[in-house]
Amino acid sequence: MTKLVENAAGRLVPAEINGHPAVPFQGVGRYRPQGRKAAPPIRSCADYPADGDKTAPDLKTALQRAGLRDGMTIGSHHHLRNGDLVANQVFKAAAELGVRDLRWVPSAAFPCHAPLLELLESGVIHHIEGSMNGPLGDYCSQGRMRGMGVLRSHGGRWQAIQDGELHLDIAVIAAPTADPFGNATGDRGPTACGLLGFALADSLYADHVIVVTDNLVPFPCIPWQIQGNNVDQVVVLDRIGDASKIVSGTTEITKSPDRLLIAELTARFCDEAGIVRDGFSFQAGAGGTALSFALFLRDIMRERGIKARFVRGGSTQYLVDMLEEGLTDYILDGQTFDLAGVRSMRENPGHVNTSPFTSYNWHGKGNFASLLDAVVLGATEVDVDFNANVVTHSDGRLLHGIGGWMNCLAGRCTILPVPSFRDRIPVLVDRVTTLCGPGELIDVVVTERGIAVNPLRQDLLGKLRGSSLPLRDIRDLKAEVEEIVGGPPAPPELGEKVVAAIKWVDGTVIDAVREVKG
Amino acid sequence: MAGRGEAGSRDAGVRSDCWISVELRDGGGLELTVASKVASMYGERIRAQIAAGCRTLGLEHARVEVDDQGAVPFVLDARLECAARRADPGLAGALLPELRPCCAAPAVRRRLRRSRLYLPGNQPKLFLNAGLHLPDGVILDLEDAVAPAEKDAARALVRNALRVVDFGAAERMVRINQGERGLEDLDWIVPHNPHVILVPKVEDPAQVRAVAARVAAIREQAKAAGEVFLMPIIESALGAWRAFEIAAADPSVIALAVGLEDYTADIGAPRTLEGRESFWARSQVVNGAVAAGVQPIDTVFSDVADEDGLRASCAEAKALGFVGKGCIHPRQIAVVHAAFAPTPDELAKAQRIVLAFEQAEAQGLGVVALGTKMIDAPVVKRAQGVLATALAAGLLPADWRGSGNEGVAR
Repeated sequence: MTKLVENAAGRLVPAEINGHPAVPFQGVGRYRPQGRKAAPPIRSCADYPADGDKTAPDLKTALQRAGLRDGMTIGSHHHLRNGDLVANQVFKAAAELGVRDLRWVPSAAFPCHAPLLELLESGVIHHIEGSMNGPLGDYCSQGRMRGMGVLRSHGGRWQAIQDGELHLDIAVIAAPTADPFGNATGDRGPTACGLLGFALADSLYADHVIVVTDNLVPFPCIPWQIQGNNVDQVVVLDRIGDASKIVSGTTEITKSPDRLLIAELTARFCDEAGIVRDGFSFQAGAGGTALSFALFLRDIMRERGIKARFVRGGSTQYLVDMLEEGLTDYILDGQTFDLAGVRSMRENPGHVNTSPFTSYNWHGKGNFASLLDAVVLGATEVDVDFNANVVTHSDGRLLHGIGGWMNCLAGRCTILPVPSFRDRIPVLVDRVTTLCGPGELIDVVVTERGIAVNPLRQDLLGKLRGSSLPLRDIRDLKAEVEEIVGGPPAPPELGEKVVAAIKWVDGTVIDAVREVKG
Repeated sequence: MAGRGEAGSRDAGVRSDCWISVELRDGGGLELTVASKVASMYGERIRAQIAAGCRTLGLEHARVEVDDQGAVPFVLDARLECAARRADPGLAGALLPELRPCCAAPAVRRRLRRSRLYLPGNQPKLFLNAGLHLPDGVILDLEDAVAPAEKDAARALVRNALRVVDFGAAERMVRINQGERGLEDLDWIVPHNPHVILVPKVEDPAQVRAVAARVAAIREQAKAAGEVFLMPIIESALGAWRAFEIAAADPSVIALAVGLEDYTADIGAPRTLEGRESFWARSQVVNGAVAAGVQPIDTVFSDVADEDGLRASCAEAKALGFVGKGCIHPRQIAVVHAAFAPTPDELAKAQRIVLAFEQAEAQGLGVVALGTKMIDAPVVKRAQGVLATALAAGLLPADWRGSGNEGVAR
């Protein structure tokens, strides 16, 4: 049985993860690691083809040449989202090579990766360190994975790799366009996805880097989001992705009147709290409510003649329209969700690539997330102390990855627009099932029944004095919800076994996910 | 005793609702099967509620199956009761949730009725948050929005909603069915504090009087306090012709509404956006209502996506004399309220007139003058009406007289 220790947030967390000691969460901004960053081995160009042609005939050969063996760690990325055809092929090739006990470190996993369940069962994959949802989340939640899962934020993945806490033996980078030297970009090609920022850390720190493309162009591939000088081999496949599942033609705003109400209240809150002013910045994701928020905010900006300095996304048609209309100087893009975003990134110098290093890395000399005036995020649960959960369902099952969520909490005003309940399930609870965001970093919760401002933010409350917005105490909102749904929910039935650890942005362990019974 | 009934829905995509089957048996006690998407959180409570419901309904021997998609308690009760009644049409009991204080506010005769939001009576998911969109009224619809086979299900659901759902400050309205079925609807609804009954397709004042008589009889029996008002809906040429008689048919009538979908079908003219074909009927409803001293209310605007069209339609309705409009989507409410609100010019003028009137009164003057113009009593009355609307819409602070806020629109 895993030894558990209580961390600074009062949560019991494993002292050891898969045989390695782990540092329990010490509080926001408390932990200071020592030492130097990790580095890949020194290589000589004498060992690479002088003509720059690093192509290997197929994935299996490339993996063999990379020295793939039992117990290695393989990194992959989610910029092809649910259209990714590469990760499954990598592990299929590994299985054919008879390799076992691999550690898979995806920047995120999607339902398209469900076939890997079989390889977890057969022993080819030992465990996953990355987001687990859908069938993989259920597999882990049921305690069937051999190792302990580790969930990290996008910034946390960079931090762990950079700090040497997470050593990647082989990184496989799916590239919509690449040259034989290994320069690669995501902004063009038949499977264009926008940017490859999630793969940047792997290209810098992994022992061996393989670029996989279905659109090989003669050297040089311009622009190069991934630099060929960091790449060992290039593999050409017929298809690396299913374009229809990578980016959508259009991203939809929500049609739900309740979500629209929440989005509208969120925009009005930003306005009345004095956040919306010339030169401000915000980040909103691509979920229906967040997109609608951006539209309501856009209307306020238009009406008042206000221009943002930058917006961060999740870029979509809507952010692109704002850029092209002159409502913002820049989009600092972390992930591109639709075709308009990909086009804009290719064509508009104001649409700028970023990476988890620039935007999210806690162990860096600053990051962009902390410069944001407002961040708008989702959550599965929020408790009366404003702690939030984004990875598990109220029944304890792993449901979502962390994504950039945790990193965004560094923003100046973190707003969670969430319904107060979903069907019968309260979102506002006494204590979150899994702690992902400490309440001290969550400033505002906007529900359809009212807006709760964290009492720590007296400055915001001061600005809102006399406002017509429905400001409420979070405990009153919770009580109102319980009246509707018939009392607080029974706590989830969890086993003793820790199936996954949740890493805070600094690499410490903020919470543990238990096995779900039944 | 044998018989089986089911109620609710287990279709894919159903949320905040449930499906319940009741199979009566001659022996063997109660056999309860519950599947729920919220089982880990509320499974035990659902079982306990269903078991208690069966006891209340006197179901001693039955197989009860529940397939729940997150229905809240009042919905579970309504579905169980409906399934049990379908299994045994002679069943007498009812599963009435405790009346919540938020449902006890009395009806008010004179109030703003700019917007009324239609809620299909058999879709509980839409009830829970309807009040949050701040309509002047919500209409729990038992008529056209409910399929003929689900009329009984909607009755139980709407009845329970009237006892527990917090619709905020919205007026609680129920649209009943036509004819005898509508009168039966009243038995289910009237004891549970509806504020207004909408009577559809009225062509004869006798229809209004029949509803009023049934309402009075039910309330007499229940010894209910307060009042229940009526809003007849004119939806035919004959109804339009008799608008005044209908509006004046009973003192409980507080408003007269017009429904154009049926009206245009009745006169055999296509319904156009411009609405020239219904001009007479709408004007007739306005005049009939005002002549009878009640509020004229316009039809719904059915293109949810066309916000500009809605705005124009409201402006036209206001110009004809209507004071409100039906809404079929919550996002229409704010647009309707803004359209029926006084313009800044109207507001400023009304403030000047009312101030002048109050000053004249205070000085004991019989004549009100504004500048060099004399002001007649109806002009004062209109100005007072404009200010009441503006105050209710939040366009004017309550202390506007002393705040130097004359003509300030926000």
